[in-house]
Amino acid sequence: MAEHRFQPETLAIHAGQIPDAATGARALPIYQTTSFVFDSAEHAASLFNLQTFGNVYSRLSNPTVAALEERVAALEGGRAGLASASGMAAEAIALMTLLQQGDHVVAAGALYGGSVSMLAVNLAKLGIQTSFVDAGSPEAFAAAMRPDTRAVFAETLGNPSLHVLDIGAVAEVAHAHGVPLIVDNTVPSPFLCNPIRFGADIVVHSATKYLAGHGTTLGGVLVESGKFPWDNGKFPGMTDPSPGYHGVKFYETFGDFGFTMRARMETLRVYGAALSPMSAWQILQGVETLPVRMERHCRNALAVAHYLRQHPRVSWVNFPGLPDHAQHELLAKQMRRVDGAPGGSGLLAFGVKSAAGDAEGGKRAGVKFIEGAQFMSHLANIGDTRTLIIHPASTTHRQLDDAQQLAAGVLPDMVRMSVGLEHIDDILWDIDQALAQTND
Amino acid sequence: MTDSISTLRRILRECRTVAVVGLSPEWHRPSHFAAKYLQEHGYRVIPVNPRADKILGERCYASLLEIPERVDMVDVFRRSADVLPIAQQAVQIKARCLWQQIGVVNLEADKLARASGLDSVMDRCVKIEHARIFGGLHWAGVNTQVISAKRPH
Repeated sequence: MAEHRFQPETLAIHAGQIPDAATGARALPIYQTTSFVFDSAEHAASLFNLQTFGNVYSRLSNPTVAALEERVAALEGGRAGLASASGMAAEAIALMTLLQQGDHVVAAGALYGGSVSMLAVNLAKLGIQTSFVDAGSPEAFAAAMRPDTRAVFAETLGNPSLHVLDIGAVAEVAHAHGVPLIVDNTVPSPFLCNPIRFGADIVVHSATKYLAGHGTTLGGVLVESGKFPWDNGKFPGMTDPSPGYHGVKFYETFGDFGFTMRARMETLRVYGAALSPMSAWQILQGVETLPVRMERHCRNALAVAHYLRQHPRVSWVNFPGLPDHAQHELLAKQMRRVDGAPGGSGLLAFGVKSAAGDAEGGKRAGVKFIEGAQFMSHLANIGDTRTLIIHPASTTHRQLDDAQQLAAGVLPDMVRMSVGLEHIDDILWDIDQALAQTND
Repeated sequence: MTDSISTLRRILRECRTVAVVGLSPEWHRPSHFAAKYLQEHGYRVIPVNPRADKILGERCYASLLEIPERVDMVDVFRRSADVLPIAQQAVQIKARCLWQQIGVVNLEADKLARASGLDSVMDRCVKIEHARIFGGLHWAGVNTQVISAKRPH
């Protein structure tokens, strides 16, 4: 009998969690414990040797955290997952498992600022260089590849540039050089897009955003496709005996989830950015409703984009869900459809008009809009139930001069909005009354 | 090839004695990991390795034909090209299942086993599949694809 293929709405609720073996509890128990007893010295030895699967210490694995790991892996159509204390930790664990001194990374240029810092500053300190390239040009990725390149890194939907990555084309470039493509899929969430389907090898998430959805809990997850040929000669750390874990050959021993096991035993275990069981449980409360929430985020964001576009106090709108957006076709190819149109997620950016019409005027108008909002929250997160707004030029990017801001895709009048789940009429009302205060 | 969860579950329940062909005495080799795991989960493991006397406390045999007791599963840790004679012997000793490990794929052996009424599994690890279906692998964050409202036993 052929295996039944479950849909994401079902996986979001069931994957990774069957009734508890010990108690029969239907909902996920919170295993709030640091450690787990060994049955015998022999059992302990076999756990430490990875000869049997089990729990030793919650910095390595925990049954509540495992439910989140498996659920996100299932939603992404991947082989295995590993949770961490934040999205940045997931990204760091993926990169630090793969890379060592002297290695090179090719990364999309318009990344989330934290990711730019990790690559350009923190990994550079360890002797790992990164070339940043135009995210819209697979040719630029190809031109930057070097013999010492060991990873390609990009975002499915750029934050805050909202750039759409051609995952298949960039994966082809990476694979032609025998290296994996790592994709940050935080903004679409696994409900709207599964980068592995298009050729990505490792997917990372800030689970803090749409996966959790409630803006209460930090967490991250990395997912391995199980398809990358780690024995191609470029990744001795995957094939040779591990000096970090008494001689285990991760790829030979664990096959298509060898990368995840290595990330767990060599990187998570040592650097310690583990997710707490309580946080995993809180994130999973959100994941259960991810599909219904994402549909509403997409619907509300599209309505907001259409509304802003005809508003006299708005000069431009950037939302890939708009049918005439330059990358709408690529979005349609990669995203799940919501209400018959490709889902654009909940992030958009727009410019507020000013009387002066110059950069200073634009900046003032953007700030006035933010300050005029009644329930739209001025903060730096995205993917919350609440509508969130921020004026990057005066906050997240204020340390950069005008030219640097432009290079980062931040215009003086730009407002970034993470459209929430409030009633659309109320969101449009708050936008309109805040825009009315920008020109006095 | 047989690899639905229900078939693998049946195979792993029915087969209790497993001859591991190519079982290494080195603790860090995948065959040793898998065999030790099977022993810990109640299976009787019979090593087939002409170059060792005893592995994991069990006497080694030079070939399947020398094993004096009934074998349910023949678990193969050998190069794909070397599997066909092992499959022939598995049929001869009336094993119920020919299991080729991850990376071991011999289509002729698979065909012979199936034509002779054996279950045949290829390119999968017996330890990983057991842990996937009966628990354990889940703790490693692996997508087990198990969706169920039944309490596991």
